[in-house]
Amino acid sequence: MARISVKSLLVAAFSAVLMFLGTSAFAKDGGEGDHGEAGHEKFDAGKAILHHIADSHEWHFLSVGETHVTLPLPVILYSPQRGLDIFSSSHFHHGEEIHNGYKLDHDHIVPVKEDGSVDEAVKVFDFSMTKNVVQMLLAVIILILVMTSVAKKYIQTGAHKAPTGFQNAIEPVITFVRDDVARPNLGHKYKKYLPYLLTVFFFILINNLFGLVPGAANVTGNIAFTALLAVISFIVILFSTNGHFWGHIFWPPGVPLPVKLILIPVELLSIFIKPAALMIRLFANMTAGHIVILSFVSLIFIFGQMSTVAGWGFSPVSIAFSVFIFLIEILVAFIQAFIFTNLTAVFIGQAFEGEHHHDEAHGHETSKAH
Amino acid sequence: MNILLEVGQAQLGGAIGAGLAAIGAGIGIGQIGKGAVESIARQPEAANDIRGNMILTAAFIEGVALFAVIAGLLAVLTTG
Repeated sequence: MARISVKSLLVAAFSAVLMFLGTSAFAKDGGEGDHGEAGHEKFDAGKAILHHIADSHEWHFLSVGETHVTLPLPVILYSPQRGLDIFSSSHFHHGEEIHNGYKLDHDHIVPVKEDGSVDEAVKVFDFSMTKNVVQMLLAVIILILVMTSVAKKYIQTGAHKAPTGFQNAIEPVITFVRDDVARPNLGHKYKKYLPYLLTVFFFILINNLFGLVPGAANVTGNIAFTALLAVISFIVILFSTNGHFWGHIFWPPGVPLPVKLILIPVELLSIFIKPAALMIRLFANMTAGHIVILSFVSLIFIFGQMSTVAGWGFSPVSIAFSVFIFLIEILVAFIQAFIFTNLTAVFIGQAFEGEHHHDEAHGHETSKAH
Repeated sequence: MNILLEVGQAQLGGAIGAGLAAIGAGIGIGQIGKGAVESIARQPEAANDIRGNMILTAAFIEGVALFAVIAGLLAVLTTG
């Protein structure tokens, strides 16, 4: 009985898929009429997706027909030759107008002369409050508010009372980072590094989650942001190294001499590659997730260009897939924050590993060799 | 005409590269999952430790696969 119903379900599903594909194949004939009515240029999915995950000087929330709801953000420029310039990005009029000798070229601010050509002699430093900066500052404010309110609760009621209210949500996460990330990797020195690990974890988590909201900026998918986080982790790791660590880098133990010589440059490079991997891992995971969601939504418009019926008919499928990917992305947001923190803790732990651990390991290695 | 051919080849290479990276990541993480689940079956008390190590190692492999995805994306999207 169960087998029959599954088979009939499969038959129904395949028929539905074939029906949808069949209509889109016929719909190509009606394409020109729709193009004439729409009157706009062809939908370039690649460009639209890249525009949505890139940074921008204005915050575009939505467009209803011809009206665009955007928030122009302040542009802050400093040039050694021209001095400080602060103005709203609405003066650029989407790259058509030159303002104060600066022009917006593909979301990039370039200094120009009066006639509009690029002025090579002027160097400009762009400190603008772009979309990513505003969202990051919002995340910082929320992080400070949440954490100080939880800390104040502890100061008021004491650390031995059961947590109440919002503490209930934050405390398990903090104890998770302390007991499963910091203590196993850092041993008895975990208290020194716990503030940094907690900050990194919650900062990446809040920025990941904010980036998932439709209309928000893609902060953690910006390679400059993740590069800076990786650089800070790199500095923390470097400051916790001891002589033992460097001895192992320049004279790797437990391998024959030719392998030692090969390993020395590899070990030297690994000091830089480990934080670089942290940077690329977070950036690629977040950007790839956003691109997948945007691609599923773009599919509606790609089908809609063939015919409006195909566009509308494909929308439920596309929205269902997008919701599914959104749920996975929430999981990925937590996992990536955890992985960044965990790997930073692992690398810090590797940096100040003590001598007695290695003697034990050497003892095990020699006994295994026999 | 030649320029069009080169752009097409670059995009083909990028797409195939990203697909191969997905196969590699799938095989790698599948083997981690297999090892982890078998270990938990042998010793259920160690499930928490094993799960932590499994997620950590899977993240390493996923990082490598995403290096390849980024390379593929660069090949597809930067034309010329």
